Amino acid sequence: MTELAKKRPEFRNINALSDLPTYRLPAAGWVSIMHRISGLLMFLLMPLIIWMFDTSISSEISFARFSAAFNAGLGFVPGWFMKLVALALIWAYLHHFIAGVRHLYMDVQHAVSKEFGKSSAMVTLVLSLGLTAVLGAKLFGLY
Amino acid sequence: MSVNYGSKRTVVGAGYGFRDWLVQRITAGLMALFTVVLLLQVIFTAGPIGYEQWAGIFAAQWMKFLTFGVILALLWHVWVGVRDIWMDYVKPVGVRLVLHVFTIVWLAGCAGWAIQVLWRL
Repeated sequence: MTELAKKRPEFRNINALSDLPTYRLPAAGWVSIMHRISGLLMFLLMPLIIWMFDTSISSEISFARFSAAFNAGLGFVPGWFMKLVALALIWAYLHHFIAGVRHLYMDVQHAVSKEFGKSSAMVTLVLSLGLTAVLGAKLFGLY
Repeated sequence: MSVNYGSKRTVVGAGYGFRDWLVQRITAGLMALFTVVLLLQVIFTAGPIGYEQWAGIFAAQWMKFLTFGVILALLWHVWVGVRDIWMDYVKPVGVRLVLHVFTIVWLAGCAGWAIQVLWRL
């Protein structure tokens, strides 16, 4: 009885600003936390995503407004910033998609070895960042 | 097997781990399939894609059917995922309740808007 009642020690001295940046995450850890961040980002920007769906699809006139948002800007927001936001969404989608496929593959294959975790995480990071760079260059008119 | 009903019923957390786990994977699979289907249509559209071509992709009835399903899958997927984030980082019950309500309202509004855009096309 006394054993159960005894309070277990709690360690709550982790400071988000001074401690967390000193932690060195393995590749799989980066994939994991970025899966969260990308998901939350797309959740918060969902109205913008639907606005893009709405304007791009509803009529010729709204389609022109959609295109103009990324060149002339939207309201007080300049076009280059809209492109930057679009680029963030492109990254978020690519990362979430590829990391998600990695999850599904691991579930189906029972591929839970340490080596596979590391190598597949590296593939996820290289693919998502690489594709983001390629599409970003296209978005900003580099080619 | 441990008893999980009556007075022994688990009433903490999401409480339905396996269902949420499975839902997350099934909805993800559906959205991944949708991504591939949309991408293939964009890639195999001849010539530059303007309004006509882009809207034409979504105008097909089967595509509306699929897109509608994907919107619902997305809604459910995001609810499970975002709620997990709140449950991991936000401990005060009051704040968590507010965030849960915000999430539901945000998602319901977004889903309504997206479905309206889709079905008036």
